[in-house]
Amino acid sequence: MCTFEAVASAISVSGLVKTFGSTRALDGLDLEIAPGEVHGFLGPNGSGKSTTIRVLLGLLRADEGSARLLDGDPWHDAVALHRRLAYVPGDVSLWPNLTGGEVIDLLGRLRGGIDTQRRDDLLKRFDLDPAKKARSYSKGNRQKVALVAGLASDAELLLLDEPTSGLDPLMEVVFQDCILEAKDEGRTVLLSSHILAEVESLCDRVSIIRLGRTVQSGTLSELRHLTRTSLAVETVRPVTGLDQLPGVHDLATDGGRVRFDVDTASLDTAVRHLSGFGIRALTSNPPTLEELFLRHYGDEVEQPDQPDQPDNPGRHRSDRQPV
Amino acid sequence: MTTLTGTGAMVRLVLRRDRIRLPVWVLAVVALLMSSVASVLSLYASPAERRSYAVAVGDNPVAVMMGGPGAGLPSIGAIVVFEIAVLGYVAAGLMSALLVVRHTRAEEEAGRTELLRAGVVGRHAGLVAALAVVAGANLAVGALMLAGSVALGLPVVGALALAASLVAFGLVMAGVAAVAAQVTEHPRGASGLAVAALGLFFVLRATGDVAESGLSWASPMGWALALRPFAEERWAVLVLPLVLGAGLVAAALALVDRRDVGAGLVSARPGRPTASRWLSGPLGLAVRQHRASLAGWAAGLLLLGLAYGSVGDSVEQLVSDNPDLAAFFAASGTSLVDSFFAVAASFMALIGAGFALQVATRMRSEETAGRLEPLLGTAVPRWRWAASHLLVAVLGSTIVLGLAGLGLGLAHAVLTDDPAQVGRLTAAVLVYAPAVWTLIGVVAALFGLLPRAVGAVWAVLAVCAFLVLLGETLRLPDWTMDLSPFQHTPQLPAEAWSPGPLLMLVAVAAVLVAAGLVGLRRRDLTA
Repeated sequence: MCTFEAVASAISVSGLVKTFGSTRALDGLDLEIAPGEVHGFLGPNGSGKSTTIRVLLGLLRADEGSARLLDGDPWHDAVALHRRLAYVPGDVSLWPNLTGGEVIDLLGRLRGGIDTQRRDDLLKRFDLDPAKKARSYSKGNRQKVALVAGLASDAELLLLDEPTSGLDPLMEVVFQDCILEAKDEGRTVLLSSHILAEVESLCDRVSIIRLGRTVQSGTLSELRHLTRTSLAVETVRPVTGLDQLPGVHDLATDGGRVRFDVDTASLDTAVRHLSGFGIRALTSNPPTLEELFLRHYGDEVEQPDQPDQPDNPGRHRSDRQPV
Repeated sequence: MTTLTGTGAMVRLVLRRDRIRLPVWVLAVVALLMSSVASVLSLYASPAERRSYAVAVGDNPVAVMMGGPGAGLPSIGAIVVFEIAVLGYVAAGLMSALLVVRHTRAEEEAGRTELLRAGVVGRHAGLVAALAVVAGANLAVGALMLAGSVALGLPVVGALALAASLVAFGLVMAGVAAVAAQVTEHPRGASGLAVAALGLFFVLRATGDVAESGLSWASPMGWALALRPFAEERWAVLVLPLVLGAGLVAAALALVDRRDVGAGLVSARPGRPTASRWLSGPLGLAVRQHRASLAGWAAGLLLLGLAYGSVGDSVEQLVSDNPDLAAFFAASGTSLVDSFFAVAASFMALIGAGFALQVATRMRSEETAGRLEPLLGTAVPRWRWAASHLLVAVLGSTIVLGLAGLGLGLAHAVLTDDPAQVGRLTAAVLVYAPAVWTLIGVVAALFGLLPRAVGAVWAVLAVCAFLVLLGETLRLPDWTMDLSPFQHTPQLPAEAWSPGPLLMLVAVAAVLVAAGLVGLRRRDLTA
């Protein structure tokens, strides 16, 4: 649909360091995003997501490392780059005496113009009253103002910093539709979040950061092989020997019922083993990013088997804090 | 009383939040006043000096406008009252009004009141706690003033009356601010209303005292002086401010009962669903943000100018009635009317500078409120955004000064039937524009280089005001006086016009703005 200037990479960040006094907010962060990609940027509060985005916007100057945005330098070419991107902050504060509609128009014009058709369409979809003063908007409505302003632009890159933090589930669906449309139009999206379901359904690739450093980056399927599937099985004969299999965790037996987690790599072996006992019923919960996420930020359950996971470069055992 | 439940805890919260701010306010007010008291005592130690002071100022309308009716001159206590009382009322009034709004409407707009009211806290607890703390601050000012004055050897009864008049006026202003905080949804609007009331009190008293018309009795500031510290004190007058203060507080409490949390008495109406053509750039936004306040300040200063202009004529009457005074001014080589207008001009220029700083310091509050970030996320260069606010500050303050001068000139021209006065007196106020721009430059430089210290510019203005209002009286050394940009401005129409110092001030302002913009380009944005 839209055609954007060809760029080698939408965002390319390596070894980014930013300190505030004695706090090291970014500690060698890496981030690679290809044009047209929807990229999930995951991390707990205070891990450096917003700081990274502020550096990318040229609001903060990096202490070390390099950051490139749409083939430009985010600090020196800030204004030129901002014509090509739209930013939605996570905590939106607006001018109390301006209406939502005025703020949307203003932000659009400051970027170089606004598509009024698209704006009106988005206002309708997000069910936002543009005639209300910003002072009287709830957090969710302030968020919608920023989202409509960002999405109504024809920017080729969307930087969204926890954009759905105040939205209700209905509006989250609208938001997801909008992001998928943006993707179809060939835009690049950086979506920072700690809502994993959102990232899972929208993103091509995901980077997980913690303490200012990227701990994992890849496609969802690449990351999923690091996750486990939960199985609950009812068998004709009592299951034995399951605890001898590699990759089986948290085994709980209750008569003819067995519950356990299994590394996705060992799933096949486990199911073959089970079928020997006559499977009556089997439910499996697919691996979720939720779980992956938990394991990065402290999950005592998986600590015992940490040493036999040499293929998992992203885990920093020493960083893990006890829960 | 259930509506007061939690007042104690709220008092502790206010004290905790302002554990630095409160002592600073109290000590700053006391230090400002006591340093002046000490200087007055040392300057006018001998009876001869006091007599010549009384002759020079007693019937001088310029002095009466700034100092009050001067009851009891030439006693040393009366000189102290003449020099510091009005300044003290303004300082205590500002302290009370700003602190009350800070702990009522500002909290409410920030949404913190809602959080507290959801707990076991009565409807009136927040307002009563704020008023209790502010009353305490006023009492502290009064107690320290009493102790200091007595320690410097002033009569105890008079010192007590002076301290009581300060406390009483502070309490009235706390009440005014408490009502103002119920009326508008916006803390800025509430402080604006309260400060406008303070200005009105001053103008009523100043015109009443100069014209000896009894108009001063319409002003709480007039009541405070009518207590006559050091001049056969009339203690009964104290009833007036105390009754008014109590009435205002009662009104504010009743208003709290009648409105929703977060709402004002003036409810918000729906606005435009789309932005007008004007709101399409940083300058349009800056104009939009400041236009209401510009209109308010412009109207206020126009009225103040008209008020000063309309008493200028009676100054001439007074001089012809008083041969001593006529001789004094004949010796100094300037006309009394002109020196009256020169003082009025410098006074209005200081107020206009307040507007300029309000606009310019908005840059910092926009940044800390997080509203700068989405703007700079668009294709707006930092310097253009800052320049927009600075331009509004420069042009807006120039408009405000021009209108103040226009009011002064129009009123005087009508009374003297001399149209030439319009241009002459407009110039007398407008000539201060470069001095005001210099202060804007100070804000710009601080914002770019030391953003956390932007608020210090208000202290700079306070020092300028101190030097303009009291510098001559206190016979401060020249180098101290030269620190104020106002000092370098020719005092039209009493002094001759000279462009040199003005060009120098413009150059200083330009350098400061340039330094600020360069600094802003290089620094991190802080949230």
